Amino acid sequence: MLRAENVTKRYQRREGEVLALDRVSLEIAEGEFVSVVGPSGCGKSTLLLTLGCLIRPSAGVVWLDGRSVYGLNHEEAAKLRLSTIGFVFQTFNLVPYLTALENVQMPAYLSGLPPTKQRERAEELLRKVGLGDRLSHKPAELSVGEQQRVALARTLANRPRLILADEPTGNLDPGLADEMVGELENLNRQGVTVVMVTHDPRIAARARRSLRLSQGSIVQS
Amino acid sequence: MTTFGLVLKELRERKSQLLTSFVAIALGITVIVAVRTMSHFSEKAVAQELDNLGANVLILPKGATVSNYYTADFGDYVMPESYVDDITTSRLQGVDNLSPKLTEAILLRGQRVYLTGILPKNELKSKPIWQGAGGIFARPEGCGTVVPGSLAKALGGSAQGGNSTTGARQAVVQELGGAEVMVGSDVAGRFGLKVGATLPIKGETFTVKSVLPSTGTVDDTRVFAHLHAVQRLFHRGRVVNAIEMIGCCKEISRGLIDGLNRLLPEAKVVTIKQIAQTQLNTNTMMERFSLIFLVIILLVGAVSIANYMLANVYERRREIGTLLALGATRRTISAIFLIKAALLGVAGGVAGYALGTVLAVALGPRIAGVPVLPLPALAGWALVLAVAVSVLASALPVAKAARLDPAEILREG
Repeated sequence: MLRAENVTKRYQRREGEVLALDRVSLEIAEGEFVSVVGPSGCGKSTLLLTLGCLIRPSAGVVWLDGRSVYGLNHEEAAKLRLSTIGFVFQTFNLVPYLTALENVQMPAYLSGLPPTKQRERAEELLRKVGLGDRLSHKPAELSVGEQQRVALARTLANRPRLILADEPTGNLDPGLADEMVGELENLNRQGVTVVMVTHDPRIAARARRSLRLSQGSIVQS
Repeated sequence: MTTFGLVLKELRERKSQLLTSFVAIALGITVIVAVRTMSHFSEKAVAQELDNLGANVLILPKGATVSNYYTADFGDYVMPESYVDDITTSRLQGVDNLSPKLTEAILLRGQRVYLTGILPKNELKSKPIWQGAGGIFARPEGCGTVVPGSLAKALGGSAQGGNSTTGARQAVVQELGGAEVMVGSDVAGRFGLKVGATLPIKGETFTVKSVLPSTGTVDDTRVFAHLHAVQRLFHRGRVVNAIEMIGCCKEISRGLIDGLNRLLPEAKVVTIKQIAQTQLNTNTMMERFSLIFLVIILLVGAVSIANYMLANVYERRREIGTLLALGATRRTISAIFLIKAALLGVAGGVAGYALGTVLAVALGPRIAGVPVLPLPALAGWALVLAVAVSVLASALPVAKAARLDPAEILREG
């Protein structure tokens, strides 16, 4: 499903060039659950965002479903993200002035679904993650665990086939972290491919495959 | 969820931050509307005063000069009276009034005076000072100096509605019959003439219909009869030796004179420069004054909006990054901010128009010295201007928002 070939990413910083990814090649099959581990600053998040068509690599190619994602123009890449990829962020990134329901509606709104259908889909997802009674609450009125569940429901709004999770448990206590990974495992069992960046070995171990990154290179697979 | 709904939600959420920008654009439009409304009525009042000075364009027979006109000694220079109809039926813009005249010297009790044939229905427009004569010389509503009836009343003027004006005109033509004259104040004094007195002219007897108030001009020394009566007395046929015209000053500068020259190649068109130029200068000054105000105020409003939008984009970086990561296109992001800018413009435009109009009506009489009424036509302009300024001022922040790199924002943590 997902393939990276010699992906290199260099950043220009004031102090000079930083090599974030160094000729990374990997292949992730449909339905896999892969964790990416490594020390802070080793390039985990850069790799995840590169796989999610958000960071154009300095060199190399990323293939998704047989298509070179960086050969797509901006509109096509946005469409691909909307239809195929779901992001889970460490800080949830909920829109503060929207309710839980409206936050979950967002991907459906962006894909052009009529407002009634958006609402139905968002309600269904929020009920599924146990927040049926929190539809009209704004993020600030929700607990951290509830916010993470709203974010997960939002990720699932367009039924993505690939979930890219960046430190999804980074802001959660151990109990909530287990719950979150459990949700990802559950989705994976339903056929969704999951790539999860984490620095927590305990969480990483729950993935079926683990990639270790060090100084921008995969050192263990 | 719709883009519009999303914008409204954000606006409701951040009302206090929006307030400064709203006040900036609303105040800008307020000042513009107030200044424009006051200057509009002020210009009208000034233009009316200037027009009261009399004709600003003369149409003379080809060989005649302006000195012939002032000395009333035209000799044999005449031109067809039909020129008046030619001008009236042409498509020339800015012809406010036409006064055809035929002036001939006559002897009155052995003294030489000038008899001027006029069409009173036209004369009444170019000599508003005569309005006191029998109450029939009311100034009708015309082009550049038109003031609404209610305003004219407030001004203490005598502008009348269409029907009454027409009535007055007809009354003049009918009442100043073929055997009636109006006499200038000097002539009346010199010959002891009063209303109802009789006057022998070229073997015919004329009755004094009215004595005209003093104007301080050569008109005081003249006797006025109906144009057609003078033509008959001097066996001239349907000719005149001058057509006085009031041209709207803006149109004079926009080619009215050239148009008249083309229309009447056998006549000489002369502008009375001093009057026309004064009118032009006054209007130009008012327009420039308004324009300078407008530009400065719009710039201040635009800078405030641009500043607010830039801050708003910066504040919503994470939200924009998230939307882009979820699959929003740059067009969607731009639309979100442009709709917001347009809504800000609409609100500022409406509030600014309302407040500006209230200010103009309330302060106009004190500041400009003229009564001021609301100008509904300005509402559309205010709205368009406010929206345009708001959207244009937001262009840079919007472009910045649409070009944000979601990866960079998301990696900020």
